[in-house]
Amino acid sequence: MKIKRNTLLSLAGIALLVGAIAVADATLGRFSVRILNLSAIYIVLALSLNLLNGFTGLFSLGHAGFMAVGAYVSALLTMSPAQKDMNFFLEPIVPFLRDLQLPFPLALLAAGACAGLVAVVIGVPALRLRDDYLAIATLGFAEIIRVLITNAQSLTNGAQGLKAITKYSTTWVVWSVAALSVAFMLALVRSSYGRTMKAVRDDEVAAEAMGVNVFKVKSTSFVISSFMAGVGGALLGHMITTIDPKMFTLTLTFNILLIVVLGGNGSITGSVIGAIVVTVLMEALRFLDMPMNFLFIKTDGLPGLRMVIFSILLMIVVLYRQRGLMGNKEFNWDDFLGIFRRKGASGAGGRS
Amino acid sequence: MISTKDVSMRFGGLTAVSDLNIEIQKNEIVGLIGPNGAGKTTAFNTITGVYKPTEGRVIFKGRDITGQKPHAITRLGIARTFQNIRLWKDMDVLENVLVACHLRMDVGVAASTLHLPGYRAKERRSREFAMSLLESVGLADQAREAATSLPYGKQRRLEIVRALATEPALLLLDEPAAGMNPQESLELMDFIGSIRDRYDLTILLIEHHMQVVMGVCSRMYVLDYGVTIAHGTPDEIRRDPKVIEAYLGVD
Amino acid sequence: MELSTFFQQLTNALSLGSLYALIAIGYTMVYGILRLINFAHGDVFMLGAYFAFYAATSLAMPWWVAFIVAIGLTAMFGMGLERVAYRPLRDSPKISVMISAIGASFLIENVGIVVFGGRPKSFPSIPLFDTVVHLGPVSVLSVSLFIPVITAAILVALLWIVNGTKTGLAMRAVSTDLDAARLMAIDVNRTISMTFGIGSLLAGLGGIMWTMKYPQLNPLMGVMPGLKCFIAAVIGGIGNIPGAVLGGFLLGVLEIMIVAFLPELTGYRDAFAFVLLIVVLLVKPSGLLGKHQAVKV
Repeated sequence: MKIKRNTLLSLAGIALLVGAIAVADATLGRFSVRILNLSAIYIVLALSLNLLNGFTGLFSLGHAGFMAVGAYVSALLTMSPAQKDMNFFLEPIVPFLRDLQLPFPLALLAAGACAGLVAVVIGVPALRLRDDYLAIATLGFAEIIRVLITNAQSLTNGAQGLKAITKYSTTWVVWSVAALSVAFMLALVRSSYGRTMKAVRDDEVAAEAMGVNVFKVKSTSFVISSFMAGVGGALLGHMITTIDPKMFTLTLTFNILLIVVLGGNGSITGSVIGAIVVTVLMEALRFLDMPMNFLFIKTDGLPGLRMVIFSILLMIVVLYRQRGLMGNKEFNWDDFLGIFRRKGASGAGGRS
Repeated sequence: MISTKDVSMRFGGLTAVSDLNIEIQKNEIVGLIGPNGAGKTTAFNTITGVYKPTEGRVIFKGRDITGQKPHAITRLGIARTFQNIRLWKDMDVLENVLVACHLRMDVGVAASTLHLPGYRAKERRSREFAMSLLESVGLADQAREAATSLPYGKQRRLEIVRALATEPALLLLDEPAAGMNPQESLELMDFIGSIRDRYDLTILLIEHHMQVVMGVCSRMYVLDYGVTIAHGTPDEIRRDPKVIEAYLGVD
Repeated sequence: MELSTFFQQLTNALSLGSLYALIAIGYTMVYGILRLINFAHGDVFMLGAYFAFYAATSLAMPWWVAFIVAIGLTAMFGMGLERVAYRPLRDSPKISVMISAIGASFLIENVGIVVFGGRPKSFPSIPLFDTVVHLGPVSVLSVSLFIPVITAAILVALLWIVNGTKTGLAMRAVSTDLDAARLMAIDVNRTISMTFGIGSLLAGLGGIMWTMKYPQLNPLMGVMPGLKCFIAAVIGGIGNIPGAVLGGFLLGVLEIMIVAFLPELTGYRDAFAFVLLIVVLLVKPSGLLGKHQAVKV
């Protein structure tokens, strides 16, 4: 009976969410819809980093690199030859790529696939390294990718970046991808293969001794994560419609890391909540960086103040609440309803 | 079943194991004993592929497995436990065993994630097998508890169960009785004998205290400073002057 | 390429390498003792430069006073950083400590942007460092000659501290086994604090020398040198002070020489370090002078 009740609740919850998104999409202003959709993209990105960081125990700082690959691949594949000619005014684009144009869904898949392919190439050497060495090597690879993109003028338009990318990242597209990512992650981490990932995270030596092909599990996790990062990067490109190599620095990886840590390393629910909270905060606090004209007071704004707040937030979480919001737990109806029951029992106040 | 041919393991200038020649027949229980730092665990590590021996070969079921990866060796049918318990701490008891079952399930990431019918059947079988293993050591009631919350003795048993879940032919136990009182050690040795019969195993076990394994082992090898100083039946070992000397220096 | 150009580039390479070496030493000392990549080290380097800038301009100190004050402040800052961001996490998983380090790095950078302003500042010229010296056909800035001498002096001094003093002995003990060192009544916290102090002092000095050579300051100036110097430390064998110096020199020489000989690769300059890092990690992960450490099972 209980299981049935929870299934019903879940279905109702999903219906409610879909309804809420539909209403939001129809009624909110452009700026708010943008934040809503950015949250969805950050959900995809946070889940992909959490797969590595939280579920497989691989500390990678190269996410921005895979996002860059995805964003460029999808942008280039969806642009018409005419659009490409307009972008590539310094040096013409290579003819093959100029004439290649794919429908958006295929381009999105290609973006993920290319990022995954790059991950295979990078993973073979990098995944032999541990902990901090892996972190610095992946960071190094991401920088190399960025330098390559900056210099491959006739392939990527170099430092000028790409402009007027078609805006395919509509509310329904990004939220569908986000929902698919959540479903995929849930299915993966609850499966037998997902268990071996967690075993690798907890104790590599023991995992290897119990017949887990640690290198293969790590590679698989790395490639899947990079695929998702590539898709996320592509969606981001199709949302803000301009991309350039400077977008994909460590700062971008830092934002995603913040979401994962804040939400809870190893919690899918945590990543989802974290993505929404951080995105909304990030936009809500944007005014800090901008010149302000409030009544008669004019300030020039303090660029960087926003990131100061986020850095402090990250450090507070790491120093005082390492488990983040959710620890490594997931949302479930029993616990959720339990909160209310307890609240009801203990009167006003209860748990905060 | 398993034999090592002149296996040596050197770390820089230090020879941890030299010219190890072990030979074990099917269904034997053999002890590998010696004082602390004698190279017993290093010997295990060369057999299980954690280290590639500097010299010599390891033959398992007539097949040269020297230098193979640990997971590949486990697949061939050698499983082990660790001296310092290495359970996966963020998983419960059942999951710890299920991870070890994964090896024989032979499912990839796609089938597993998509929960394809073939995978579902295998997953169900694994769960049944894991539960039956846990039942056999009296851990079934605690299947859903965190592995590291178990008392020490049960954690050791869980490690053995986890190794059994890989369906090995040869089981290597690294000081399974460490930290146990004499009564618990005795029970454990009975248990080791019983699993040998039930799962048709060959067992090599490391022990620091000779007395503990005298009863259960048919033969033993004695290491000291990496060198095999004696080998034979428990009675022969007990009387061996070299063994007495090595142990007098320690105990 | 003419011989004179070659020597010109070699002088550049040596002074850049010496700067890298100075910063790399700080990384290597901290890693040696805590097994931690101090991601914020490059930002400490940036702070050193800014401290000197404000001391010399806003406070109108003579340059050498400004330098001493700035180096002292940077050292204290480094010790404070360890206290706040790393000490509370000493028994935490490695990932947490690294996240804290990255957080600290971003925090310092962005506080830098807020406080110092995002626009680059230029350091007032100091004649002693800013004179062009002619050595035969080669003409170099005097600072480029000072830097290698300073680095060499620092190296000698550090080797003496680490190998010849009680503090150094404590450092080596803590680095080998923190818990055992504590049992031997070594004040572990003080030793780690000292290490951060010395490392940050060198970063501060490096930052100041850097601005003498490239007289532009901006709050993100520490990011690239920071990453590269960590790489230099890894190349030399992390935890090994002469290794860090060697790695720093190698990296400096490589960067300058590749660009000098193959100008078409100029755009890729910032990638060399990472490529070198990856090659070293694959071929000899323990670095050129490092010792291999086996994983204990």
